[in-house]
Amino acid sequence: MVMFWVSLLAISILLYVLLDGVDLGVGLLFGLASGETRRRAMLSAVAPIWDGNETWLVVTAVILWGAFPIVYANLLSAFYLPLIVMLLGLILRGVAFEFRYKTQRLRWIWDLSFAGGSLIATFIQGMTVGALVEGLQFTNGEYSGGAVGWLTPFAVLCGIGLCLGYALLGACWLVRKCEGKVRDVARRQIPVLAVGVLAFLVVVFAYALAENLPILDRWIDRPYLFVFPAIGAISAAVLAFSILNHNDYLPFHMVALIFVSAFGTLALSFWPYMIPSVITVEQAAAPQSSLVFMFWGCGLIVFPLMLVYTVVSYSVFRGKVRTTGGYEHH
Amino acid sequence: MDMTALLLSRIQFAFTITFHIIFPSFTIGLAAWLAVLEALRLATGRPVYRVIFDFWLKIFGVAFGMGVVSGIVMAFQFGTNWSELAKMSGPIQGPLLMYETFWAFMLEASFFGVLIFGRSRVPPWFYLFSTAMVALGTTFSAFFIMVNNSWMQVPTGYVMENGVFVPNDWTRILFNSVVWSRFPHMLLAAYLTGAFCVAATGAWYMLRKIYHAESRIMLRMGLGLAAVLMPVQLFFGHLNGIYVNTYQPSKMAAIEGRWNDEKPGSEVLFAWPDVENRRNRFAITLPPPFGSLIDSDSLTAGETGLNSIPPENWPPVAIPFFAFRIMVGCGLLMLGLAWLGSYLSYRHRLAYNRPLLWATFLSFPLPFVAIITGWFTAEVGRQPWVVYGVLRTADAMTPFLTAQQATISLVIFCAVYAFIFLFGTFYIYRLIRTGPDRKPFPHLAVPNRPMSLAGEELIEEPNHLVAGE
Repeated sequence: MVMFWVSLLAISILLYVLLDGVDLGVGLLFGLASGETRRRAMLSAVAPIWDGNETWLVVTAVILWGAFPIVYANLLSAFYLPLIVMLLGLILRGVAFEFRYKTQRLRWIWDLSFAGGSLIATFIQGMTVGALVEGLQFTNGEYSGGAVGWLTPFAVLCGIGLCLGYALLGACWLVRKCEGKVRDVARRQIPVLAVGVLAFLVVVFAYALAENLPILDRWIDRPYLFVFPAIGAISAAVLAFSILNHNDYLPFHMVALIFVSAFGTLALSFWPYMIPSVITVEQAAAPQSSLVFMFWGCGLIVFPLMLVYTVVSYSVFRGKVRTTGGYEHH
Repeated sequence: MDMTALLLSRIQFAFTITFHIIFPSFTIGLAAWLAVLEALRLATGRPVYRVIFDFWLKIFGVAFGMGVVSGIVMAFQFGTNWSELAKMSGPIQGPLLMYETFWAFMLEASFFGVLIFGRSRVPPWFYLFSTAMVALGTTFSAFFIMVNNSWMQVPTGYVMENGVFVPNDWTRILFNSVVWSRFPHMLLAAYLTGAFCVAATGAWYMLRKIYHAESRIMLRMGLGLAAVLMPVQLFFGHLNGIYVNTYQPSKMAAIEGRWNDEKPGSEVLFAWPDVENRRNRFAITLPPPFGSLIDSDSLTAGETGLNSIPPENWPPVAIPFFAFRIMVGCGLLMLGLAWLGSYLSYRHRLAYNRPLLWATFLSFPLPFVAIITGWFTAEVGRQPWVVYGVLRTADAMTPFLTAQQATISLVIFCAVYAFIFLFGTFYIYRLIRTGPDRKPFPHLAVPNRPMSLAGEELIEEPNHLVAGE
């Protein structure tokens, strides 16, 4: 039963990162784009999906609370300020989707809140993971790192890294969904971002070696973990190849694969801990009576239905968004 | 333990949840109203029901979107500010919130898509079915939230193990008798909110002499529904009083402004509770046994006063005392309005009675005020406990939260909420002012973007998401 809920948690987090990573990434690139036509096309590429994507964040939160309450309580309270700022960033960018079309004069406010909210949310998500990898300060199973205990150079580095990663994911999505100028710009951005992500990974690895992070021990214990970086490396190679060939569809799948392998790498190097070297999955699990109650009422049927719903809503909006016509009437 | 951080955390929770409850209480009622309209259209074939349906669907979309956005914050606040509660009651409250999220996601999100997109793609009976499913989804949400809150009011079905509430009887948690007076009370409150907003909109159009057919239906149905539901609501309110009296004597004593044990009890109608001197000033009191009659359905029952409860277990007396009276006052006003309006409407005289139309138009804040003050009575009255009688609010807070952190978060919450929700409310106002569109409904919006339903009024149309061939 614990394994069941760990799997659902992993699926939800992975889905959140992949799906919301796309529209957060587009939000980041949106900040760089100029011109109303391009901005509109970029928004069109993610407008039908962003809200559903964010739902997975809530799903993650409630699975964490219901199935692993100790982790929920410890992590959310330890990351107090960053989490609240991230939520408000997500709210700001969420309403910007609609509100920017309701005003001409004040549109810059909503554009700013869209790009800024995306940046804040992405950076904080990356920073949080970085702080977890490096290890938070705990005393007797309780967070004792203070108000900004998560703020370390490594965490900041990870925040920047995730910004690059989401932007890469967003650029691949734009190549896949758009045509014309937007696609061409995004296509030029991909190599830059991909190199950035690669450089980031090298720096992280060097840092982990230099600082001798406890997480490295897992890698020496379990050499089979290297299968994930291997998948990532192959995907990166295919990504480079597909960019050179001007393929619109392959890059997105490859970057998604890189994210999956990065996620798998992280998850398996955490295992069996949920908060590295502090709380294990078994220790964090809610009592059996809670897990069983959720299994019958939520996990068994409703969760698969939610997955089906996600697939269906994506297939409704498959194909390129039409960016020609209709934009020039002011 | 930082007492300032505790106070700020409580204010923050109160602020965010008060803002949040406004939108669900509106949409639960509206969803049911949409289902009724669609059923009427199918049964009678009258196009006017379709016009009204499309109009309220747009308002539903904006309010629903605001409810979702403000609800995300709630899923995190238990962990950020109340980590001790989250740890201890997680095995019970976590699963209940999970049910709420999962079921709402499944029913509301998917069938809401049909509502927006599917008019021309699905058979009429399925469209009606989808409307009903959205209404059912919002009702499920309300149910699990009420189960969750009722467990905090009257904890049951658990054993304590290592300082954690371990559920050992989910049927007792779900079918707690308290749930079955509180859940209908909330559901009826949401229906009444919908009814009064619809009636007020109808009255507004009638005063402005526009949308004659639509406004007549809105007025008649809104007031008629309220006229039937209001007495039922008062009855469930009374049942709630009985549970409070049985399980939460300190809350009841505060609501009633009762200082001394009385047998049988008197009933304080109005007063100024003077906590320092433990007495009421300027009290208007009904003599015994009215208090016992109201609180215990008995002519002779003894009623507990605050003096026989240790002061450290008192709630802040004034808030439940006044909030309760405001709620009841709103309820009585709504009852009078609904009955008088329905009577005049039955005699075909309502359209000429401008004072009553004005009163109906201006009545739309009443249900919201009643819901918020009702929740204040329930939640502040539960203090100083977060889980009544078992866990104190002060012991539930994140132990290392500082006043500085709490101040920063509260300030940015207030700023962002005020900014965004005032905008949203303004858009709802603009939609209602403009009124129904008798042209066919444009299929601009998409299932995942409820707020885009307001798109008809765009300065420019967004031209989003035309999926390719």
